[in-house]
Amino acid sequence: MMVRTIAAALLLAAGTANAADTVSASAAWIRVLPGSLPAGGYVVFRNTGDREVAIVDAESPAYGMAMIHRSSTETGMGRMEMVDRVAIPARGTVAFSPGGYHVMLEQPKHPVKPGEPVQVTFTLSDGKKLPVTFVARPANANGPKD
Amino acid sequence: MNPFTRQARLVLVALLALVSLGACQREPQPEWRLNDVSGHLPDLDFRLTDDNGKAVTGADFKGKVTVMYFGYTHCPDVCPLTLTQLHVVLDRLGAPAEGVRILFVSVDPARDTPAIMHAYVNAFDKRAVGLVGSDRDVEALAKRYRSAFTREPDRGDGNYEVSHSSAIYIFDGAGKARLLATPSASQDDIVHDLHLLTSMETTP
Repeated sequence: MMVRTIAAALLLAAGTANAADTVSASAAWIRVLPGSLPAGGYVVFRNTGDREVAIVDAESPAYGMAMIHRSSTETGMGRMEMVDRVAIPARGTVAFSPGGYHVMLEQPKHPVKPGEPVQVTFTLSDGKKLPVTFVARPANANGPKD
Repeated sequence: MNPFTRQARLVLVALLALVSLGACQREPQPEWRLNDVSGHLPDLDFRLTDDNGKAVTGADFKGKVTVMYFGYTHCPDVCPLTLTQLHVVLDRLGAPAEGVRILFVSVDPARDTPAIMHAYVNAFDKRAVGLVGSDRDVEALAKRYRSAFTREPDRGDGNYEVSHSSAIYIFDGAGKARLLATPSASQDDIVHDLHLLTSMETTP
């Protein structure tokens, strides 16, 4: 009984300590625009945990600046706004996709070419870091591979 | 011939005459899937500079079906999404797409030079033309089509966003405004209507 309690406590502690392990990313790609124009990054986050986790920040060694933005075309106006956090519901997913959430990457440190991998590290609301490898795609791409 | 047969034949002749008369008088109405704005928006007319640095007017695009969209190059998400959709639409349209031009009008005259516009539009589609102008000229064009744009406050690092109308305006080869689409319009519908519009150009 005692052993089981300790085991359960350990499991619980491990679960708390590794909340970030419950968040994974897939289908990550960047739409590369000519010159040093800002680029949009798209990815699908999955949270297999029992608690909501939020994406609160992003950074990339390839860009001077990374920000989480949301676009909308509501009321016929195309606009963008910065967002502080994007929640990934417990046992749910959230997609960063064209026309919605995206990571805006500015000031490329070197010209990023289609096909190149680009590292972006996201900070989660529990303080954990989630490194994700994005693939650079041409301006008129529709997704990570098309 | 009995009177009944004779009467029936007369009715038939009259009916045929009516049908053929109708066909002559009424032009076939195209079944548009996008919003038909014929007669509700002014003709294509502007004085701007294209992405090769050449002064152009609406008249330079006579004979081409034009698809006009307002945006800016520092727009990493919504503008590329729309331009990519239009690129896919033109590829799906096939040969008639040679008679179509995408007109991407910059609402960010301060940052968008013809050279930047050239690289930007060509990254999406060879049939796209970037158009730049003075604040006044671009404002006049936007106003003409009841379009709007607002420069948002500087984010503190010299960078700023520009909120802009997301409508897509489609003009026929004579420069008449014909259709209005939103960025969420289905590619099928845009392909369908561009097919109709380009076929009307070749068989007037």
